[in-house]
Amino acid sequence: MGAQLRLLRRRIKSVKSTAKITRAQELIASSRIVKAQQRMHAAVPYEREITHAVSAVLSNTSSVDHPLTVAKEQPAMAGVLIVTSDRGFCGGFNANVLREAEALKAHLSGRGLQVKPFVVGRKGITWHRFRSREMSGEWDGFSDNPSYGHAKEIADALISSFKQDDGIDEIHIVYTEFVSMLTQEVVVKRILPLEVEEAEATPETVMPYYEFEPTAGDVLDSLLPRYIESRIFNALLQSAASEHAARRRAMKSATDNANELISVFTRQMNQARQAEITQEISEIVGGANALADAAAGKE
Amino acid sequence: MAKLRVGVVSPEREIWSGEADMVIAKTVDGEIGIMPGHAPVLGVLVEGGVLRVKRDGEGDLVAAVHGGFLSVADNDVSVLAEAAELGSEVDVAAAKDALQRAQASIEADQEDADARLEAKRAAARLRAAGEEV
Repeated sequence: MGAQLRLLRRRIKSVKSTAKITRAQELIASSRIVKAQQRMHAAVPYEREITHAVSAVLSNTSSVDHPLTVAKEQPAMAGVLIVTSDRGFCGGFNANVLREAEALKAHLSGRGLQVKPFVVGRKGITWHRFRSREMSGEWDGFSDNPSYGHAKEIADALISSFKQDDGIDEIHIVYTEFVSMLTQEVVVKRILPLEVEEAEATPETVMPYYEFEPTAGDVLDSLLPRYIESRIFNALLQSAASEHAARRRAMKSATDNANELISVFTRQMNQARQAEITQEISEIVGGANALADAAAGKE
Repeated sequence: MAKLRVGVVSPEREIWSGEADMVIAKTVDGEIGIMPGHAPVLGVLVEGGVLRVKRDGEGDLVAAVHGGFLSVADNDVSVLAEAAELGSEVDVAAAKDALQRAQASIEADQEDADARLEAKRAAARLRAAGEEV
């Protein structure tokens, strides 16, 4: 009996220290969500303006034949940018993204395209390495706090591969969108060839006739890469906020489970302790009775 | 008189927004001044330019703007900068230091495009802060 009691005490101690760790992780994640959300909101004005500017150029120039907007007739290769996190402890966050990426890959292969993965985040990279799959690009170290420079780096790699004749012909992105604190959704979007997300063109929102400095083509040349960078930056920010939210949720349920375990173990431990005491008492009483009986027998 | 609604935004944050009488920016074609009622324009800004926003009753707002776009429509002026900094926020000592370092590497290697860009940026930041370059 004594052994069981000791065992339970040890388990309670270890679960308690685990609960402390997960609780701390939960608190850290909660405070980081707020920061990540603020960064997401801070990036909104730029994104809105650049989308507006791109649609302004596209609506002003009737025949846009920019290499970034024209779909190739015979696409042969597709790039998929997969945004995962650097660290684990975030529930199904990475598994969900990778599952969605696999589904997209199967879909693209079905269309006869060769798929080239570009991976962001250590978890996604190790996932690919473990399956010895070749990656066309990998970036890590910033998944929880991406800067615009990172987005630019990724966009540069994607765009230069897109412009090569034997490079990729389509670019898709798989990331987790931050819908709310409680809901995050994995989304798949095509970013190249470009489909500008335009607000509905009601008569009131028809674009004015713009002058361009220097020319519409030049403006488009420098505008489109910026637009793609901004899309990627948005995906990174969304993914970072989602990562923190997923981690907070995972750590909260881990803490709850640990606390539940502790109360179960405590109950078992008390029971064991009581059983031990009862047994000791009955042993003593039994022993005393035996002695008394023996003494009575002598007389 | 009508006013311009001006927004200066970078990818990471909104730098400044408010009303103004005139905006002066530098596009790849040259300087452009925008006043209320200006025709819609979409321009590409130069690397290391200085943006000046003239306001009524207040001092000019000056910012160093590195690359990006200027879009004007219907008295709305948006400056989309890849990176931007208000003149009042510039760390003058750091910018001077950066300029010197960039100039030193240009002298060492005339072809150093990165250093040239860096020098331009540092100079723009200093000019925005009101320093002579």
